[in-house]
Amino acid sequence: MSLTPAELSSSVAGGIGASPQRPDGNLKVRGEFAYASDLWHEDMIWGSTLRSPHPYARIVSIDLTEALKVPGVHAVLTHQDVPGSNLYGLEHKDQPVLAVDVVRYQGEAVALVGADHPETATRAMKRIKVEYEVLEPVVDMETAADDTPLHPGGNLVRHVPIRRGDQSPTADVVVSGRYEVGMQDQAFLGPESGLAVPAEDGGVDLYIATQWLHVDQGQVASALGMPLDKVRLTLSGVGGAFGGREDLSMQVHACMLALHTRKPVKMVYNREESFYGHVHRHPAVLHYEHGATRDGKLVYVKARIFLDGGAYASSTGAVVANAATLGVGPYEVDNVTIDCYGLYTNNPPCGAMRGFGAVQAGFAYESQMDKLAEKLGLDPVDVRIANAMTEGSVMPTGQVVDSAAPVAQLLKLVKDKPLPPVSTTLDLRSMPGGVSNTTHGEGVVRGIGYAVGIKNVCFSEGYDDYSTARVRVQVIGGELVALAHTAACEVGQGLVTIMQQIVRTELGVQRVTILPMDTSIGNGGSTSASRQTYVTGGAVKAACAAVRDKLTKLAGGRELSEVDLADLVGDDVIDETVEWRHRATEPLDPETGQGNAHVQYGFAAHRAVVDVDVELGLVKVVELDCAQDVGNALNPQAVLGQIQGGSAQGLGLAVMEEIQTVGGKVRNPSFTDYLIPTVLDMPPMSIDVLELADPNAPYGVRGVGEPPTISSTPAVVAAIRAATGLALTRVPVRPEHITQT
Amino acid sequence: MRVNVTVNGEQRQADDVWEGESLLFVLRERLGLPGSKNACEQGECGSCTVYLDDVPVCACLVAAGQVQDREVRTVEGLADGDRLDPVQEAFVEAGAVQCGFCTPGLVVAAHDLLERVPQPSDPEIREALAGNLCRCTGYEKILDAVRLAAARR
Ligand code: FES
Ligand code: FES
Repeated sequence: MSLTPAELSSSVAGGIGASPQRPDGNLKVRGEFAYASDLWHEDMIWGSTLRSPHPYARIVSIDLTEALKVPGVHAVLTHQDVPGSNLYGLEHKDQPVLAVDVVRYQGEAVALVGADHPETATRAMKRIKVEYEVLEPVVDMETAADDTPLHPGGNLVRHVPIRRGDQSPTADVVVSGRYEVGMQDQAFLGPESGLAVPAEDGGVDLYIATQWLHVDQGQVASALGMPLDKVRLTLSGVGGAFGGREDLSMQVHACMLALHTRKPVKMVYNREESFYGHVHRHPAVLHYEHGATRDGKLVYVKARIFLDGGAYASSTGAVVANAATLGVGPYEVDNVTIDCYGLYTNNPPCGAMRGFGAVQAGFAYESQMDKLAEKLGLDPVDVRIANAMTEGSVMPTGQVVDSAAPVAQLLKLVKDKPLPPVSTTLDLRSMPGGVSNTTHGEGVVRGIGYAVGIKNVCFSEGYDDYSTARVRVQVIGGELVALAHTAACEVGQGLVTIMQQIVRTELGVQRVTILPMDTSIGNGGSTSASRQTYVTGGAVKAACAAVRDKLTKLAGGRELSEVDLADLVGDDVIDETVEWRHRATEPLDPETGQGNAHVQYGFAAHRAVVDVDVELGLVKVVELDCAQDVGNALNPQAVLGQIQGGSAQGLGLAVMEEIQTVGGKVRNPSFTDYLIPTVLDMPPMSIDVLELADPNAPYGVRGVGEPPTISSTPAVVAAIRAATGLALTRVPVRPEHITQT
Repeated sequence: MRVNVTVNGEQRQADDVWEGESLLFVLRERLGLPGSKNACEQGECGSCTVYLDDVPVCACLVAAGQVQDREVRTVEGLADGDRLDPVQEAFVEAGAVQCGFCTPGLVVAAHDLLERVPQPSDPEIREALAGNLCRCTGYEKILDAVRLAAARR
């Protein structure tokens, strides 16, 4: 059954379409919400991790003698203490739990200490003697494939080719460019942390901040050499994720220490360790060539894209597929030649981050569209609209876009917004450089830029992507209440609110309790790919439908709306569990990259207005406006929150955020040197939300979280280019790129 | 060492405090008050903001020994029993809370701002909150929350 949004506007208070308060909101503002780093257990000890100082080195020897002598130390463990398989990974099992004879990146885990105080653990770590033979690191993604092989199969993690249409096309005008994207960090505020508690049955209970409980469970069990049912995970409070918690960090380590010492073990990374402790966004080098007719219609796109996966594969394969399949952007192009490569190097491992491959491609193809407009003397928005895909357009993979693709409309919406006035107040706070008092307006030039982007929603390429939901209704104290249980991780985005809203709408029950997320129920899938409202939302909706069927039977022919549900249920408990899948996708053809690989596409457009102090290279983003299609805004307030937060991360990549590496070593692992936008950096945003329902998706929803992260970066850079006339082919744009010094 | 300090109006004592410990560690790990957060532990994010004798400070930068015989008020001490402080209420209502890891620090910083400047302008709000990082919200709804709390005063 598919419904139009109008039919769905819920009559139940706090149902879908409303913006009820988050069930965890009060606890969070009171400081009483238990994040993973807040956990405490009687008798617990602290775990910490000794990491490699070298990007690439052979381990000659490890001597634990002195560390074990430190009073208060309970255990010092190495790879020899890993009870099961020492290798893990999301796509390839290539990463050691603890390094064996070689370290492949700076920060790789080598040994663990369990001690009575974090400071004791630090002292003991300093007494572990590791002798390294330092090796020449592989750090250039463009030549890595032919460099020293870092893994048995060589340094190419994945190559995705796309071949569509004429492979030797010609065109009236050609623009080409080489673009670079720096390594961005998720920089979630809640550090990696968890508490592992050894259980009486010989297993372990792990309380953890993660994005995907079941995949963690499988990997931890394999490393511990235990059956799945001995490794039980419960989600604790998660302080943001953005992709950075999809891989393991301290999960196995804490469990090893707990099982070894038979004590509860808490591990909390500090900020510096957090920079080493999770994967980042792939840095990229992208070579593009666009051919077009004189009136600006795209004839072909050719691209060679390199993504630096760093030392271990993580989700590089899927990131490569995204950058390739979404590589021309939301445009109709008949002739496409793309080769996208993911490489191993000795740089920090890279994997999932909001936007997942689409961000890197987005910066390059939107830069190209601006270049094309400039070459043709056309308006950059007009060129985009002339090529904009619509419903029915064909992707470079041959897949037909079979629901709304309002690309032109989104661009028009942001273009038609009133422009902010040029500041005349001389308020320093509105100037580039702010109260540092670097300019009073002299040398400041305004620029305006536009961009639009495309992102796939849910898991692709034939992955069996599903979620499990259990919904139960019963009468408590005379009132009918519902309970929903999944293993889908709430990481801050508000899934718990959405689940409550869906149950209210589907069952008409006001009081809905969300049970803690854990592995006692089936897989909820990953909180990534903008998929949870779609997939876990779909599962909760389906479980509600199963409950409703039971209620209808109980009602014996009467309409449910006409009976008192509490009376009807009486002493019964109605409890239904459903596994729900979105429509299946297909793998890509390995030679041509053709196939219906994606489930759904999401689109957003931005307009950025910037003031640039061209003498000092300082940028003030004055306004950042967005238009996005979300299918159906189940919770309008949360939708805006996603668009604002996603846009902020895109702005960060445009002008400030980069993990800088030299020879594989991270130069700035702190919030002092890795800057993320503050409230002074974020401008006001005006946002238009379209609700063009996708008939294939539950309630017509379209994933919201990622599209705004893709278009905000190129929009900001386009605005800086407009202000400065510079080519600016690399993000983040640094002051010296603007001053050219 | 032993530290005596008034926290949220109560006389508290922490024993066996190691000299290098911060006020943040003592609050979180020794006094059972993990509300103040530990996002950076080096004075860059504001998630650990507490009042020390009525002045907001980063608890991660204050050595435990420095708070001897002084008064600390944390995010846990803002609500009046079940009744949220108006700033807390506004944060929930405005949608200023996503993951919430920045929230305790922001709530204390916003609370302090409104004590000093009951009707702040937007630039004043931005300036007052500039030391508090949030990675989730893009700050728009945090600004909404502070405006809402100010309007209700
Ligand atoms: S934890 Fe104190 S400022 Fe970040
Ligand atoms: S709500 Fe997550 S950091 Fe602010």
